[in-house]
Amino acid sequence: MDKTVPTLADALAGIEDGMTVMIGGFGGSGAPIELIHALIDRYRDTGSPGNLTVVNNNAGNGRIGLAAMIDIGMVAKMICSFPRSVDPRAFTDRYLAGKIGLELVPQGTLAERIRAGGAGIPAFYTPATYGTDLAAGKPVGEFDGKMYVQERWLRADVSIIKAELADRLGNLTYRRAARNFSPLMAAAGKITIVQATRIVEPGEIDPEQVITPGIYVDRVVEVTAPAQEEALMRAGVAHV
Amino acid sequence: MTDKLSNAQIAWRAAQDISDGAYVNLGIGFPEMVAKFQPPGRQAIFHTENGVLNFGQSPPEGEEDWDLINAGKKAITLLPGASFFDHAQSFGMVRGGHLDVAILGAFEVAETGDLANWSTGPKGVPAVGGAMDLVHGAKRVAVITDHVTKDGRPKLVKKCSLPLTGVACVTRVYTSLAVVDIENNRFVLREKLPSMTVQQLQDVTGAELVVPNTVGDLVAPEV
Repeated sequence: MDKTVPTLADALAGIEDGMTVMIGGFGGSGAPIELIHALIDRYRDTGSPGNLTVVNNNAGNGRIGLAAMIDIGMVAKMICSFPRSVDPRAFTDRYLAGKIGLELVPQGTLAERIRAGGAGIPAFYTPATYGTDLAAGKPVGEFDGKMYVQERWLRADVSIIKAELADRLGNLTYRRAARNFSPLMAAAGKITIVQATRIVEPGEIDPEQVITPGIYVDRVVEVTAPAQEEALMRAGVAHV
Repeated sequence: MTDKLSNAQIAWRAAQDISDGAYVNLGIGFPEMVAKFQPPGRQAIFHTENGVLNFGQSPPEGEEDWDLINAGKKAITLLPGASFFDHAQSFGMVRGGHLDVAILGAFEVAETGDLANWSTGPKGVPAVGGAMDLVHGAKRVAVITDHVTKDGRPKLVKKCSLPLTGVACVTRVYTSLAVVDIENNRFVLREKLPSMTVQQLQDVTGAELVVPNTVGDLVAPEV
């Protein structure tokens, strides 16, 4: 078995209009910039994939990465907790013009919904949002004297994430706090696509160090020296 | 009313109640300042929602590692004994009651412990982040805030007028004028500026203050 593919375009094959796409990262930390930019390039050349629902904690920053995806018009709806950033104009302009949808989800609930999706749990209860506007229309329940809100799982057609090491079986490690949502999204995507800073042979990652077991991973492409969203922002880079 | 604590002094006062070894989450913005005022000999372990325990101050400019940030997306450093974990585990620590203290900012706090700190109304782009999760689970949920709004209206109120972050979640409020506990749906005055009378404090508070026999002096050094 070998899950590695030679190019970013190969890795992104099969992403179609209207799909739900989870994208790893918290702000720039863990954002798979090269995969995102390759998907934007494909959209620019072919007009597809568009009309996407994207799940990410944020809604992009500046003119690169997820913000550039939104800017170019690929994204119909964001599911996120915090669609603000240093330079949020891509999302803000489209949202205020009514051109993009938003499902606002508290960050912990977002993480748990994705976890539940990957773990086969269709719904769960959380104390978050009880008694607030964000609980509107959701079932509530009392457990041991306290009130909770029912939340549904989140699953994706495709998850796109960034790892540090990957072996050919798809076992992954992450770098520092770039882990954040990525292990959850790896499990919640029907197809999970990974860009890894280095691809190694099976056995080279100590099994004790594997964070995402390869069972969740479908394709791995090596991107050595990946760009950091924050560094691109500061350099004034635009991918639009 | 002549004087009040500065934001730094409010943060200093809140820091005095954090014990050695406590697991603490500080909300983004003003609450982050609390970390600077840990009393000598005590070391709290700070948690950030994006998956780090035991982080330290920001690195010098130019030495940032953008894979190592806090919930406010600022660069941080690690302290010995730090750990990384994914977002679901991170919020499991929060909801599961494993944090000793969460310290948050506020637009309004009600005498019932309701908190409004995420939205000032329907204008613009709504954003909630981790606010609605963080108010649940920590053993103590404390608020640091000016006692009144910029235009002088009470921030401690009978009922919040802004969209709620959580219901019955706040246990203590550190303000520019007082320290107030929330007990049995009442504001209980614990400390006040020595220069103020109880009546003066009541006049800028939007719900009745319960005044026990002993009320401490709220005194903070110049910081």
